[in-house]
Amino acid sequence: MKKSHILSLALSIVTCAGLLAGCTSNTSSASSSQEASSADTIKVGILAPLTGDAAQYGIAASNAAKLYFDQLNEAGGINGKTVEYILLDEKGQAADAVTAYNNLVEQGVTAIVGDVTTAPTVAVAVESASANMPMITGTATASTVTVDPDTGAVRSNVFRSCFIDPFQGEKMAAFAFEKLGAQTAAVLFNTGLDYSVGLKDAFVAKAEELGLEIVAVESYSNSDVDFKGQLTNISTKTPDVLFCPDYYQKVALIAPQASEVGLTATFLGGDGWDGSIEAITDAALIEGAYYCSGFSADDTSEAVQTFLSDYNTAYGEAPNMFSATTYDAAAILCDALKVAEDAGLTAGTDEYKAAVIEAIGNTDGEYVTGHFTYDDNNNPVKDAIIIQIVDGKYTFNCKF
Amino acid sequence: MNQEKQIPMPVRYLINIALLAICLVAGNLLISGGFISSYYQKILLQVGIYIIAAVSLNVATGYLGQLPLGHAGFMAVGGYTAGIFLKACPLTGIPAFILSLVLAGIVAGIFGIIIGIPALRLKGDYLAIITLGFGEIIRVILLNIDNVLGFKLTGGAGGLMGIPKYTSFNSVFLCVVITCFVIHTLIKSRHGRAILSIRENEIAAESCGINTTYYKTMAFVVSAFFAGVSGALFASYLGILVPGDFGFMKSIEILVMVVLGGMGSMIGSVIAATVLTIVPFLLQSISQTVADYRMVIYSVLLIVVMIFKPSGLMGTYDFSLTSLIQRLINLPSVHEGVAKKGDGRNE
Repeated sequence: MKKSHILSLALSIVTCAGLLAGCTSNTSSASSSQEASSADTIKVGILAPLTGDAAQYGIAASNAAKLYFDQLNEAGGINGKTVEYILLDEKGQAADAVTAYNNLVEQGVTAIVGDVTTAPTVAVAVESASANMPMITGTATASTVTVDPDTGAVRSNVFRSCFIDPFQGEKMAAFAFEKLGAQTAAVLFNTGLDYSVGLKDAFVAKAEELGLEIVAVESYSNSDVDFKGQLTNISTKTPDVLFCPDYYQKVALIAPQASEVGLTATFLGGDGWDGSIEAITDAALIEGAYYCSGFSADDTSEAVQTFLSDYNTAYGEAPNMFSATTYDAAAILCDALKVAEDAGLTAGTDEYKAAVIEAIGNTDGEYVTGHFTYDDNNNPVKDAIIIQIVDGKYTFNCKF
Repeated sequence: MNQEKQIPMPVRYLINIALLAICLVAGNLLISGGFISSYYQKILLQVGIYIIAAVSLNVATGYLGQLPLGHAGFMAVGGYTAGIFLKACPLTGIPAFILSLVLAGIVAGIFGIIIGIPALRLKGDYLAIITLGFGEIIRVILLNIDNVLGFKLTGGAGGLMGIPKYTSFNSVFLCVVITCFVIHTLIKSRHGRAILSIRENEIAAESCGINTTYYKTMAFVVSAFFAGVSGALFASYLGILVPGDFGFMKSIEILVMVVLGGMGSMIGSVIAATVLTIVPFLLQSISQTVADYRMVIYSVLLIVVMIFKPSGLMGTYDFSLTSLIQRLINLPSVHEGVAKKGDGRNE
C-alpha cells in the first residue's frame, strides 16, 4: 500500500472526526468570574462536561450553578464575601475530571459543585478524599458516588442533591400504599438495567415492610419487545398497581400490550418515564399512570416558579431536572459555607473544609426541589414529585 | 568515513543510561521539592501514558505501514485486565503492579493475535474498517458483559471502580523508556528490517523470502502489547475505568499523534503525544471557549502539516543523542553522521 494513500486516508478520517467533534462541542463559554482578591472572596469550583456526549447535562447543570452564585453575589455574597466560581470542562471523561480537579485545587478552591455524570464524579470523589474537599453533585444518581461499592464505606466529603435510584422504588411503594390505597402490587422489571433492578429491589423491600402484598414479580431482558407472557401472568393475579421501572422506550412497548391482555392495574414508574407520552403511540394507554421525579416545572410553589423565571431570564430556556438539582446543590453548599464563615474560619484550611462538610450533613431547609436533610450515606432525604399522566399530559400531582 | 571517530557501543549505552538516570532523578527531585504541583504531575503522567500509546501505534502505522483504528480497544483490554487483576490479586504494592502491567500487555497481545491474523489479510481501508469494528466490539462487550453473564466483572456502564492507584512518575517514566527501547531495538534488528520492507513494498518483500504474514502479525502484536501496558498504566492512574473512555475518538486521538509526529519516527510520536496532551490544558488555561474547539484546531493543524510536510513533522527522522555527539566530534565530515534510521524510505 502506498504511503501517500495511508496518509490521505488517515487525514480524511481525522478531519471527519474533528468535524464531528466540532459539531457536538457547544459554544457555551465558561468564565472564571471576577479577579481574585483573596480576602474578600471564597473560591468554589464547578466541574461539568461542557463538550462531548454528556455536554447537554453538563451545560444545564453548570448554568444553574452559575446562576445561583451570580444571584448570591448580587445579594451581597456570604457575609459580605463574594463567591468566586471557577468552571472547568471535563469533557465527560474521568481522566480529564481528575486533572481538572487538581487544577481547581491549585487555584485554591475550598469546595466543589459537581461533577455531573457518574464515572467522572466517582473518579474525582476518590481523588478528593485525601484533601477532604467538600463536593456536592446535583446529578450523579448512582449509589457508588457517595458509598465505596467494595468496602461499603461512605465517602464522607461527597454529597448529592438528587435522588439515588433505589430511593424512587421506596417512594413509589409508599405512595401506592398510603396515597392510592393499593393492597396488591405486581412488578415487571428489566434484568438488563441496573436502574430497573435497583428500583425493583427497593420497591419490593418497602412493600413488604408496609404490608403491601406483592402478587407477581416478572422480568424481561433488555432486548425483549414482547411482554405478553409476563403481562398475562400478572393479569391473572389482578393487582391494584403495576410497578414498571424502566425508561420510556420500554414503557411505550409495555403499555399497549398490557391493554391487549386486559390488564387494568394502575401503572407506576420511576423518573425514566419522563418522555413516555411522546414515545407511546396512544397516550390514553398510560392515562392515570404515576411516576416520581426530582423536579416538575408545574409545581406551583413559589421557590420553583421564581427559579423557573430566573433561569429563563438568564439563559432564555426552561430549566430541566439537572438544572434544578444543581441549583439546589450550589445553594446547599453556599449555606454550608456560610456556617463555616460564621465560625470565623479561613477559607481553604482543613478546618474550614471539615466545617463545610459537617454543615452540609446537617442541612435542614427548603430548597427548589423540596425539603432537604441528609442521611448517613450523604444522600438527601427529600420529597419526591409525583407526576400523573392526565389527558395525555404530565401533571403535577403532589410532593410526597 | 574510515577516519571518523566512532563512539563504541558500550559507551553509547552508558551515555543514554546516564541521561535517563539524570532525568529520573531530576524529575523525582522536582516533585518531592514541590516544584511540580499535583496538577502538573497529573498532566505529566497522562503525557507518559499517551507517549506509550502513540509509540506503540507507530509500530503498526509508521513501521508496518498499516492503518489500524482500534488502538483504544487494545488499551481497554489492557486497562481492564490490569484493573480486574489488581482488584482480585492478594498481592499489593509494586509487585502486583508490575505483574498487572505484564499481564495487561500479554492479554492485549493475545487479542492482537486474534484480531491480527484475520485483519492483516486485508489492506488499507479494509484493515482500517475491521480494526475500527474491533475497537467498538471491545467497548460494547465491556459495557454489556456483566448484564449478559450476570456477574460483576467490568462494572458495565457504571465503570470498574476502586482500582488501586499505583501509577507514579517513576513507573510511567520507566515504562516509557522500556517501550521506546524495545521498539527501537526491534526496528533496528533483522525483524525490524523485515517489517520496514513490508511497508515499502509488500510484493517485493515477499519475493525476497520474507514471511509477510508472520512479520505483520508480529508488528501488530508488539503494537497491541504496549497499548495494553499504556491501558494498564491509565487504569491504575485513574482508579476507575469506563468503557466510554476507549471509544473511537480515543483511537483517532492516538492516530493523530502518530501522523502528526511523522509515521515511522519515534521522536515524532513522542513529541506529538507530548504536545497534543498538553495543548488542551494550555488552551483551557487561556480560555474555555478556545479549548472547546480543540478538535477543530487539531484538524486544521493536521491539514497544515499535511500540506507543508506530508510525512509528518519529523518525517522518518529519529533522534539519536550519540549520533549527534559523534557528529559534533566529527564536525568536518557532517554528511555521514545521522540519518541511520531513515534508510529505505526514499519518497
